[in-house]
Amino acid sequence: MEPILAGLTGLLVAAGVYLMLSGNLVRYLFGLVMLSNAANLLIFVAGGLTRSAPPLIEAGQKVPAEGVANALPQALILTAIVIGFGLFCFALALAYRAFYAMGTAKMDDMRLAEPLEDTAK
Amino acid sequence: MTSTAAPATPEQAGIWRVVPALVLAIAAGWFATFLPLIAQGEYAEFVVPWIPSLNIELAFRLDALSLTFALLITGIGAICFLYASTYFRSDPRLKRLLSLLTLFAISMLGLVLADDAITLFVFWEGTTITSFLLVGYDHHKKSARDSALQALLVTGLGGLALLAGLILMGQVAGTYRISEWVQMGGIFRDSGLYLGMLTLVLLGCFTKSAQFPFHFWLPGAMAAPTPVSAYLHSATMVKAGVYLIARLSPALGGTEVWTWTLTLVGATTMIVASIWALKQTDLKLMLAYTTVMALGALVMFLGGDYYYATTGAVTFIIVHALYKATLFLSVGMLDKMAGTREVEALGGLRRAMPLTWGIILLAAASMAGFLPFFGFIGKELKYEGALGVASEPLLVASAAVLANALMVAAAGMVALKPFLGAQRSPKPAPSDPPMTMWIGPALLAVMGLTFGLFPDLIGPTLILPMAEVVYGGPVPVEVKLWAGVNTALKLSIATFLLGFVFYWMLSRIRQSLDKEVPRVADAAEGYEILLQGMKDLAAWTARTIQPGKMTSYLRYTFLLMGVLVWGAILIGTGGIDLELGDVPIFHSAIVAIIAVSTFAIVVTGSRLVAITALGGVGAGLAVIFVLYSAIDVALTQLLVEILVVVFIAVALLKLPRAGTGRLRIGDASISVMLGLGVTFGLMAVMSTPLDRTIPDYFEAVSYSEAFGRNIVNVILVDFRALDTLGEIAVVVIAAVAAVAALRGGGQEVEK
Repeated sequence: MEPILAGLTGLLVAAGVYLMLSGNLVRYLFGLVMLSNAANLLIFVAGGLTRSAPPLIEAGQKVPAEGVANALPQALILTAIVIGFGLFCFALALAYRAFYAMGTAKMDDMRLAEPLEDTAK
Repeated sequence: MTSTAAPATPEQAGIWRVVPALVLAIAAGWFATFLPLIAQGEYAEFVVPWIPSLNIELAFRLDALSLTFALLITGIGAICFLYASTYFRSDPRLKRLLSLLTLFAISMLGLVLADDAITLFVFWEGTTITSFLLVGYDHHKKSARDSALQALLVTGLGGLALLAGLILMGQVAGTYRISEWVQMGGIFRDSGLYLGMLTLVLLGCFTKSAQFPFHFWLPGAMAAPTPVSAYLHSATMVKAGVYLIARLSPALGGTEVWTWTLTLVGATTMIVASIWALKQTDLKLMLAYTTVMALGALVMFLGGDYYYATTGAVTFIIVHALYKATLFLSVGMLDKMAGTREVEALGGLRRAMPLTWGIILLAAASMAGFLPFFGFIGKELKYEGALGVASEPLLVASAAVLANALMVAAAGMVALKPFLGAQRSPKPAPSDPPMTMWIGPALLAVMGLTFGLFPDLIGPTLILPMAEVVYGGPVPVEVKLWAGVNTALKLSIATFLLGFVFYWMLSRIRQSLDKEVPRVADAAEGYEILLQGMKDLAAWTARTIQPGKMTSYLRYTFLLMGVLVWGAILIGTGGIDLELGDVPIFHSAIVAIIAVSTFAIVVTGSRLVAITALGGVGAGLAVIFVLYSAIDVALTQLLVEILVVVFIAVALLKLPRAGTGRLRIGDASISVMLGLGVTFGLMAVMSTPLDRTIPDYFEAVSYSEAFGRNIVNVILVDFRALDTLGEIAVVVIAAVAAVAALRGGGQEVEK
């Protein structure tokens, strides 16, 4: 199963990058979500796949049963998902604001910091 | 002596003006006390650790070669400083000039005294920087600024090459002490890096000492005030390259490459420069070209690998410093008192400026190499050396004769043209300058005669010990004025005859030079083209990489990421060794749903489809997390995904349609490259054994120390609680910023 999930991770990265490069704010946001998902999946798969053995300690035991899933990547991903969500919300608000301030959703037309006359020499 | 001293303002009349000159004169006297020690072939040393971890020391060593240069730097320095304090009497920037000159003198002294290669380099760069500031002294003139920059770029780039060369030598030798290098020449010559270090070191020396094809910066540097040119660009700094060649010749010299490179570069420089010298009508520029010529001669003879050639070269270093500094300072006197340096505008000044004429005559006689001047001894030694060099005696001797003949003509032009004939000068009533200006040049000129008449004063005490240091062995040579009628004397006579012919035909030669070789060998043009090319390249790079388009910035970032990922995969040692394992149908179906949804988001033009598919991807991932034992992750993923979808749906009502557009091949390639890179990189990572140290630790202590049965939760709220706190802070900040962006205070940005 591992190679298939590795392929899926690559597919999510490729789709995310392609969407982010489109130059349209909305598609850029789609791409951002895809890329976050891909990053989470990457960490998860790299930490090793274990089926049906969550990292829990049975009642009455002091250590988990032999062969439970790797808890570390799960903890990392939990953090990553939440931070990715925060980033997404902020990006969404920023995109919305930028659209209303500049009247366009095309990223290449947003040239407030680097006006055209500066570079068109 | 008629003093033309204008009433100086009180501020400028201060005694401080002569203090730097006095200090240097005292230093010269102090160095002179080492003469008896040096005459015995001994040396003095001073070492303190500087950067011990890099094996770099602040090491200084005074031997015959260093002492000669130290005496020239302090002695001629004192004279130039004194001269400058009068020359710039009414210039409010005199303090700056004297400070810079003093800084330069210190750098130069450090350079010639340093025994540690890195110390030497630091002082070497010190001379480059102070020279830049001094050449650009008239910084309100564009030409002066350009010349200063040119000198800085040429010598600075050479300096970088030199540093690389010195480090190579240090690596090969295992030490940075130059005095140890010169005793282990074989190690360098047998090293596989010999050609590399030789090229780099010589590049540094050639740029500094204005060798062809880097000679062009020196005439440009004549934008500097005359005392500066006399000090830096004739007597001291430009000889730094020659000094280093001489210093390192026992370590690097003695090979065919060394001999031929120095001979050919030196000879070319010499010939090209002497022809250019004759073309000049500005006396200072003419002297600048004869300086280039002299530097070429020094390089050529140092490459001779013959003790007579070495003795000739080291003698000529002193001869040249004495007469060239004198001539520069004298031309400055002409410029100041008669109003111009243009030889065509001057004439008949012998009555008005008799002292100046006398000084120039003495110096020019030494330059032309007349008997019984010091220059004669230097020239005879050079000819004697030319006849025995390791490369090609005929070539070296004829180049030397030709260049010396042109030098005789140049000497005639400086010494005779402005003083004979009918009196004319742009400034009415020219006269000799005040004593503080002429005393120094007069002293140097008289020394040129004294050392000629009494060569024993300097021969066995300084010249021969110095030749031994440079040659790296005994030098059975006698420095004397009259060596009898030999081949060298015959060559001298031929030189004089040729020189007189050149002098009489000077105006005709100049005319034909103007016509025949208008722009030959003008390396300055190459420099201009190179400089412009660099600027264009920089502008092109900035335009391409920073076009002001956000998608371009993203594109370059992702492209670089892809290159880095692929680089790591291709360079990485481990291969991919992964089995497909068992693939349950249900799992494959989930993966297929995610893949199809992903594809749908990319191709669809419909917002509704896109949002649905985005939710599909998120939910699919949550299922995968559940299947592979990550229940908490799956829960969070599901909640977050729902929020994301809701937010996007709300926002999309306000945002315009996305549209799909055509397939962008370039972007698609970048995406596919990066995606494949992640896939292969991930597979390569998974092919290596998993390090379970940390998970094992958490599993063991989760209950015993933190009393939690859900290990993931324990990690988050206990072992890595600070991370979680940071995570919450990030979310709060994002929320606050989002609210601020959405409210926005109502101010619209102007379009």
